Amino acid sequence: MKLIFEKSVSGRKSFSLPKLDVKESQIDIPEHLVRNEAPNLPELYEVDIVRHYNQLASLNHSVDRGFYPLGSCTMKYNPFLNEEVAALNGFKYLHPYQEERTVQGALELMYELQEFLKEITGMDHVTLQPAAGAHGELTGMLVIKKYLQENNLGHKNEVIIPDSAHGTNPASAVMAGFEVIKVNSNNEGRVDLDHLKSLVNENTAAIMLTNPNTLGLFEKDILKISDLMHKNNALLYYDGANLNAIMGKVRPGDNGFDVVHLNLHKTFSTPHGMGGPGSGPIAVKSFLKEYLPKPVVGMKESGEYYFDYDIPKSIGKVRSFYGNFSVLVKAYTYILSMGKEGLKKASELATLNANYLKEKLSKFLDVAYPDVCKHEFVIKGTSLKDYGVSTLDFAKRLLDYGMHPPTVYFPLIVDEAMMIEPTETESKETLDEVAAIYEKILEEARKDSDKLKKAPLTLPIKRLDEVKANKELNVKFD
Amino acid sequence: MNDFPYLPHTQKDIEEMFAFLGIKDIDELYQDIPALFKGELNIPSGLSEIEVKERLTDLSQMNKNIEEYGIFRGAGIYNHYIPSVIYPLASNRNFLTAYTPYQAEVSQGTLQILYEYQTQICNLTGMEVSNSSMYDGASALGEAILMAKRINGKNHVLMSKLVHPEYQEVSKTYVEVQGMNIEQIDYLSETGQLDLADLTSKITEETSCVVVSYPNFLGVIEDLKAIREKVPSDVVFIVVTYPISLGLLEAPGKFGVDIVVGEGQSLGNTPSFGGPGLGIFASKKNYIRKMPGRIIGETVDQDGKRGFCMVLQTREQHIRREKSTSNICSNHAFNALLASLYLNVMGKQGIREVSLQNYHKAHYLAKKLLETEKFKPVFDGPFFNEFVLESKIDPELLNEKLLEQHYFGPLILKNFYEEMGNNVLFCATELTKKRDIDFLCSFLEGLS
Repeated sequence: MKLIFEKSVSGRKSFSLPKLDVKESQIDIPEHLVRNEAPNLPELYEVDIVRHYNQLASLNHSVDRGFYPLGSCTMKYNPFLNEEVAALNGFKYLHPYQEERTVQGALELMYELQEFLKEITGMDHVTLQPAAGAHGELTGMLVIKKYLQENNLGHKNEVIIPDSAHGTNPASAVMAGFEVIKVNSNNEGRVDLDHLKSLVNENTAAIMLTNPNTLGLFEKDILKISDLMHKNNALLYYDGANLNAIMGKVRPGDNGFDVVHLNLHKTFSTPHGMGGPGSGPIAVKSFLKEYLPKPVVGMKESGEYYFDYDIPKSIGKVRSFYGNFSVLVKAYTYILSMGKEGLKKASELATLNANYLKEKLSKFLDVAYPDVCKHEFVIKGTSLKDYGVSTLDFAKRLLDYGMHPPTVYFPLIVDEAMMIEPTETESKETLDEVAAIYEKILEEARKDSDKLKKAPLTLPIKRLDEVKANKELNVKFD
Repeated sequence: MNDFPYLPHTQKDIEEMFAFLGIKDIDELYQDIPALFKGELNIPSGLSEIEVKERLTDLSQMNKNIEEYGIFRGAGIYNHYIPSVIYPLASNRNFLTAYTPYQAEVSQGTLQILYEYQTQICNLTGMEVSNSSMYDGASALGEAILMAKRINGKNHVLMSKLVHPEYQEVSKTYVEVQGMNIEQIDYLSETGQLDLADLTSKITEETSCVVVSYPNFLGVIEDLKAIREKVPSDVVFIVVTYPISLGLLEAPGKFGVDIVVGEGQSLGNTPSFGGPGLGIFASKKNYIRKMPGRIIGETVDQDGKRGFCMVLQTREQHIRREKSTSNICSNHAFNALLASLYLNVMGKQGIREVSLQNYHKAHYLAKKLLETEKFKPVFDGPFFNEFVLESKIDPELLNEKLLEQHYFGPLILKNFYEEMGNNVLFCATELTKKRDIDFLCSFLEGLS
């Protein structure tokens, strides 16, 4: 498809501004700081733009278009209601530096959301400031770092992270100034307790866990892990990317976690927007409250809400203003819609769906770990090699059937991994259909492996040459 | 029977699925959890769509919004016009409900948009490469400083005191933990511009980068040419910019800047109480492998047809893990889409026009305010659409009175800079009407 720049025709325009209603002033800027050449932006009529984006939209897969079981990303259905209310003028046209008494509704919403998230996680305090899950991880690790420094434990600089963890975990720990120590998974797909014990020492600052982990398995030794860490004055960090499995069923705070982050754009059904914006609030136990980024939303005795900047040992700020407010509105809306019963039910059905699909697929594909899973599970695509095809080929063929492939080649500890997360918003019929298509593609692999290797065959774009893209870098149109 | 509209399962479905799995109830799938939560969450029961909408509408109406109220306040988030075509096009659900383009063949919409966005940002800033977005201007600056350390291995940061105070705080949080330290560069009290002598005196062998804002937090346009001359070539020169100003101001890239960051909210994004916005991040091409964030590149498919995919992923956390250039994963792709759409709608001429209108409105406002004799000028440096005046009326009272008239007055600067006394920061955009300016001035006449 043509680029918008290639559709541009000099002299076309779609902007219209009112005539300047004030007297023009002289441009009182030194000449060398004034732009002589207008920035090279496309010149188009409005209808050109409309058609361009409608064509582009048709080239995208989305939840609204079809099954999107991207493991660990929780691509659940996003209600239209969330969008509508977030777009109310009283939310989207607020300036961050308005007087507090003119934004009481926004503050009340944030305050209540803080309360809801505390309750769901079993924690004591919440900040809504982080802009995304990984940003929450960074914030949480900075809180831990500050706590350790303030309590003469600054020598603790090692963070233990399982080999099955999201890549953001080690990256965030390093950004917060820690060193990463990898703990192995055992043959059950959980943290190897003996290995963990051998790694814990006086320098251990924390462990970062996703629970259920990226294999979709609950770390059933969590209470032992928590004991082990706390006895050693080390903290537990909870990566909330997989919280969708456990709402109302188990609370990280009750399992000994000290810091939790949440992905509002996953669990709480605010759309992913092609990769963001998200929102990654963190919740902490009370002993960490004084290190949270400034400000948090407080309520005065009078019932008036305010931004509380009085956090003397705060790590500072991690982004400007107060976080991704409109994402907060959507998450709040979702929680109100679902309520306590609905949230619990969502988790239960996410887990039921995953186990159902896992059992169906296990009839003809290898499930990496046969245990009961939570909201996602991992297929080991090794057997595909018998037919000369890879997990990637299998994934690309799925595109021809109008469904998004699972997360592939992650977690790293499973050979030819496919991580499937159906979510609770898919019906039984969809899951049955998915299983039938997977079986059919496997059959194709047996009989006509070329079909998979060349896939996708039916889309406007065939398999892309990513090697060329990296070798001959072209990251802007000239 | 099911009371939850987003959960498709009938009781019959559930029973069939239980039977297939050979289980009697759901808790059999939770038996591996040692400490189940036995209670009930202290959250209200679910509400109908009508009730939820009423509640949210009530909350929204408790706020005073800048559609109903006039505003003379900017300071990082600006009230610009958003053409009608933008949001309905952007909120196409094939954009809104898609994820990171991990499977390029079914994400060509996303990928092409971000490639076009990268091109637009390069053209606007005069830089050679851009990533496909960061969280916001402040965190983009934090990442830029960390990138400077990857470039030259040094730890000393020199930052203009007139970089947005919140950006300074965020940068501090990002970089101090990596062993970097930030020293402020002062400004000249006459012009409101960077004190070049102070900059020169503070540069050492250990200086990693110099950060200035263009225009700066007090609205004054910094002389990037003069600053570049003082910044040694092995020191990374970082500029924080305000993209709307770049229709009028020379592109930072023209002055040999190494990294440009900025807040992209003003490009078609609503103020939304400060978030989400858009972190703009662009740099020179030879630093591309040190850059944080996702980058989209052009390639071909098997038939030789043009397509797009993510490139240089070996810098990123999902491949490189603890050795990645950043931990960023969910960026602000949707906000980049809004910005890209805005830049397409404005186009080459529109961006200049809107920039000029901002300039003229602000300069008219400044002139009129000074004529009321309720204010004194503070700086004589050139400004774009924000400027500082010293108020003879107590700033709190001023804003209180303006609020009664349904206006958000200027930003009170002593909340950010102790030395600012009664100084306030006024802002005008293309949406500031002459009648509002005239009303403001006549209202002030009666105020003391």
